[in-house]
Amino acid sequence: MSKRHLLALFTDFDAAEKVVTELRNLGIKGFNAEKDMIVKSPIEHPEVEEFLGDRPVRVQWFTLFGAVGMGALMFLLISASQGNFFAQMKGGKPIVPFPPNFVLTYELFILGGVYITVLGFLICAGLPARRSPLYSAKVSEDQIGILVQADESASGTLKSIFTKHRALEIQEEAGK
Amino acid sequence: MKDIREDIAWAQINKDVLKSLENPRKLYWVILFIAIAMVGVAVGCEVYQYNVGLGVGNFDNPHMWGLYIATFIFWIGMSHSGTLLSAILHLMHADWRKPIYRFAEAMTTFSLMTAGLFVAVHLGRIWQIYFALPYPNMRQVWPNFQSPLLWDAMAIFTYLSSSILFLYIGMIPDLAICRDNMHSGWRRKLYTALALGWEGTDRQWRNFRMTYLTIACFLIPLAVSVHSIVASDFGMSQQPGWHITSFPPYFVAGALYSGCAAIITLFIILRYVFKFEEYMTMPILKKIVRLTFAISMVWTYLVWVEYATAWFGHNPHDQHLLLEKATGTYAPFWWMMNFCASVVPLILVFKRFQTNIPVLFAVSLLLNLGMWLERWMIVAPTFADGYYPWTWDHNQWPSLVQWGIVFGSFGWFTMLFMIFCKIFPSVSMYEVKEMVYHRSLATKKLQATGELAAAGKGAH
Repeated sequence: MSKRHLLALFTDFDAAEKVVTELRNLGIKGFNAEKDMIVKSPIEHPEVEEFLGDRPVRVQWFTLFGAVGMGALMFLLISASQGNFFAQMKGGKPIVPFPPNFVLTYELFILGGVYITVLGFLICAGLPARRSPLYSAKVSEDQIGILVQADESASGTLKSIFTKHRALEIQEEAGK
Repeated sequence: MKDIREDIAWAQINKDVLKSLENPRKLYWVILFIAIAMVGVAVGCEVYQYNVGLGVGNFDNPHMWGLYIATFIFWIGMSHSGTLLSAILHLMHADWRKPIYRFAEAMTTFSLMTAGLFVAVHLGRIWQIYFALPYPNMRQVWPNFQSPLLWDAMAIFTYLSSSILFLYIGMIPDLAICRDNMHSGWRRKLYTALALGWEGTDRQWRNFRMTYLTIACFLIPLAVSVHSIVASDFGMSQQPGWHITSFPPYFVAGALYSGCAAIITLFIILRYVFKFEEYMTMPILKKIVRLTFAISMVWTYLVWVEYATAWFGHNPHDQHLLLEKATGTYAPFWWMMNFCASVVPLILVFKRFQTNIPVLFAVSLLLNLGMWLERWMIVAPTFADGYYPWTWDHNQWPSLVQWGIVFGSFGWFTMLFMIFCKIFPSVSMYEVKEMVYHRSLATKKLQATGELAAAGKGAH
């Protein structure tokens, strides 16, 4: 069955919360609230997470891997390059001096952590992204958008819920 | 004093900030023109020095660093304010930082870019800068991984690239606003490309928050390490006046101090030039001023620790150097440094000066003059009063070429900063919205509590 996209705009988070709660509780056929609903907002709002339910963030795993991996790798590389310094006179000093290597490892631990965190952010947030099927510039200004994807049969019910909660605007587009 | 209005419309915030990208006051163009002229002076001096050699800067042995390295430290230090405002205050949930942290972050980035120039300029043989890259065993360079100079290269590269990423990531939601509101043209294409298709979905915000917090957590120890390593360039040598244990915290405090002073200067300029009176408010300025005063006192304490260590350590070389600084060739600058950086900030104690814009503008410039002199007074007197007697009659006075390049570096920084503020929003729109939203919620809660209390129906 073909899917339809609907975008409803609301003035505040309270209205959006009521809509989300109703959509989750009603169990509309042809619409899965967990997968088919996206809330768009102009600010980062912790309450959106509360009413949307627990959705995981995995960026910190990238951070851990990037920081530890880069730190360890660079310590090994620096030590290996120092191992080639046999050609130089060391005057009894260690060939692989740990304290200065730890300073460099520390810097590269942070470098790896930051770079891979950014990479993780792009992957986890799905960026760069194409425009979603329906978009309103009002979302980046002062309105809260709820974008849903549902079977054609469910679109009528969804629209009525949006209207009941005084959506400022409802945009509709046939999906693929 | 008027703070940001809690009932300000979010659309109005967008409108005001976006307007700054198009219609600044005329003073903007005057500042930009002067900055470009200053860069022109520096380029001319650098070309002359490049063609003739470092001798035209009045460099000799042992004065190999002169103003260039002093100014390098100054610009590295300046960069710390961005980290302070965006990362440290972000972790402390200080919401007043929200309207001003963006330009502080930009300041960090451009200060580091300016500092990087001096690494190249002080070499003289600028075409051999690639020899500084520490890739081992090629060209028989044998980089010394035990040298703080090599740590510097790593630390500054890490700090610069991380700061650019931090600035950029924090700006993505605002770039999307610019994309949605700008008319067609190169700007719109630029914002569209940089916004990466941001739409403010719950998934994007969730990951954004975690990323921003994580990078902030990384930046704080990084900023401390960067200036500690710069301090190690001096502290790990055996030279009198440099071999001091307290140098790393002293440098870090100095960095935060000069950065805060620069924030006051730029706050005042941006507030006027971009008509940000509504967002860069007096209560915010007052908080920065108090922060600057607190840091100035920490710095003053540490500088006195340095003097006391030199004097009571009974090392004749350190004692002699301290006396030379106070009475020798560099004495006027040393006293001026102490006056500007330790005495002038005492003005900030008085409430009536904490929001007096002309006074604060002058004070912030004097504080930074003091901090720049401090860096010069770290570098030059030690070279002129080292362990070897042959250095003792070498009181170097920088030539006009050196002064010209240092002067131009301020133009270079100002030029980059001003261009940035004209192209990218220097006030974070989404964070100001968050700020007013949370403040209005808190006010509503307070009102509700007050009403309940008045009706004798407290929460308990």
